[in-house]
Amino acid sequence: MSTQPNAVPEASFQSQGTSSGGVSPAQTLYWSIRRELWENPSIYMAPLIAAVVFLFGFFISTLSLRHHMHGALPLDAAQGHDLFATRYEFAGALIMGTALIVGIFYSLDALYGERRDRTIFFWKSLPVSDLITVLSKLAIPLVILPLLSFAITIATQFIMLMLSTVILAGSGVNIGALWRDASFLHVSLVLLYHLLTVHGLWYAPIYGWLLLVSAWAPRAPFLFAFLPPFVIYGVEKLAFNTSYFLNMIQNRLAGPANAMAPHAASPDFMATLIPHHFFDTPGLWTGLLVAAVFLFAAVRLRRNQGPI
Amino acid sequence: MTVIEARGLRKTFGTNVALDGIDLHVEQGRILGLIGPNGAGKTTALNAILGLTPYQGELNVLGRDPWSERDQLMRDVCFIADVAVLPRWIRVSQALEYVAGVHPRFDRRKAEGFLAKTTIRPNSKVKELSKGMVVQLHLALVLAIDAKLLVLDEPTLGLDIIYRKQFYDSLLNDYYDRNRTIVVSTHQVEELEHIFTDLMFIDRGRIVLSCSMEEFESRYVEVAVKPDQAAAARTFKPMHERQILGRCMFLFDLKLNSANRQQLTTLGEVHTPSIADLFVAVIGNQSAMAQGATR
Repeated sequence: MSTQPNAVPEASFQSQGTSSGGVSPAQTLYWSIRRELWENPSIYMAPLIAAVVFLFGFFISTLSLRHHMHGALPLDAAQGHDLFATRYEFAGALIMGTALIVGIFYSLDALYGERRDRTIFFWKSLPVSDLITVLSKLAIPLVILPLLSFAITIATQFIMLMLSTVILAGSGVNIGALWRDASFLHVSLVLLYHLLTVHGLWYAPIYGWLLLVSAWAPRAPFLFAFLPPFVIYGVEKLAFNTSYFLNMIQNRLAGPANAMAPHAASPDFMATLIPHHFFDTPGLWTGLLVAAVFLFAAVRLRRNQGPI
Repeated sequence: MTVIEARGLRKTFGTNVALDGIDLHVEQGRILGLIGPNGAGKTTALNAILGLTPYQGELNVLGRDPWSERDQLMRDVCFIADVAVLPRWIRVSQALEYVAGVHPRFDRRKAEGFLAKTTIRPNSKVKELSKGMVVQLHLALVLAIDAKLLVLDEPTLGLDIIYRKQFYDSLLNDYYDRNRTIVVSTHQVEELEHIFTDLMFIDRGRIVLSCSMEEFESRYVEVAVKPDQAAAARTFKPMHERQILGRCMFLFDLKLNSANRQQLTTLGEVHTPSIADLFVAVIGNQSAMAQGATR
């Protein structure tokens, strides 16, 4: 754009203001993420439904527990603790697992779906860069889903506690112990840490790979995402009779050796929360590097690819 | 101000040459009609201008390189691609909200004003709208953006005549002014010939004709000649001839031809040809396949 040297300063400032945006990259990213949530309500609906189904099951089992306790010996404190602690963990695992599955299917469709239904023409007609688009799609499994599953898990565990308080009141179970053992603060901090580190950072290369395949695949992204690892494993096994690749994938899926699952909550868990354990893991940094390469490739591909 | 400047623009898909080194120059305030048979390279040329496809050669749109600066370019350029591409899941209100969120030059109130004139409800999803309504919605979004260049690739394909007429009426009445530039590719030439200021025929990746409408009107004449005069007319070397209702229609290019307008009036009734007739004369001569494109 040619700028007119004799223009009034105010006017040139104004025109600069409009041509340089008025919409910041952060704002564009925000709207892009909202757009993803509009298009994919399953991102929050699936974990919510998992939570509701779980709560229903929990309600039935707590009712039957109360029924059985009539005439039976009341549970001692340790038994009660074990019983409920397992269930809290199970609630968390169920919701996290659901979010993981949603994240995988979401990522595989994220850049493939817009090419298949040709809406890529519409998205590309707006001043949103390919980088911001891909980042917004990566943010769903890496940030939004972990935070959502955290919030839903905490709410579910709170409702479980309320339900058991109401149902078991006066049945001989020590309600006070129930509340004490729930130890919300411990469990939720560990859970949040686990979600953000393992699901957010450790799994980043996995989601990066899924997005890359989604940006590239001419059809059937699911097949293209899962077939190559099998082929690589098979070739390595045949050629060298080793399985380094399989081990590498297994390690990645299992999480870092010193990352805590929520059930590892020990009394001194605050000490283990200090992030240097996790950030000292070399696998984390290679993983993030690989994720960055996949991300870069996905951005380039999105620029090149038209509808299919 | 030059809006689009292309030199030797070339694009190949494998061995298939989609654009064979075209030159393009579009000034601000023009309405350019890009006309060509299917597969001529229209969409490829428009996609290159919009930064949707890489190309060889030089291309400059509003001072930018479209391929490397698409996102910045889209602040000043709007387009409607050749098919309805609005996402089917989106609600009308969400579409307005999203475009308002990411586009610095989108005037939401203006878009709502356009929609108020239609039967589209804000709460509807795109998949519940008819094809004509989807185009109305897309047009409302695009016309509410204060852009310098609007590119339309077959925007009214598959619409009935009422929607088509409304589409071009709102384009001219509510949007177009001397500061804006519009590039339209279309097959529906008859409905649009009165809005074009410039005309470009493209065939097999090459520009076969490029002129302003003033030039078109002064340069090409069509003469309806009685059959007994046909032999006389042929001596003036017409570029095309066809039979219609017992008359021979001869098309002359006055620039290339020794004949002048006066001499031709002695042969029969003289008038300006329609763009469609010229299109058939220019492109139909080269390829019978082009017939299908001049509905």
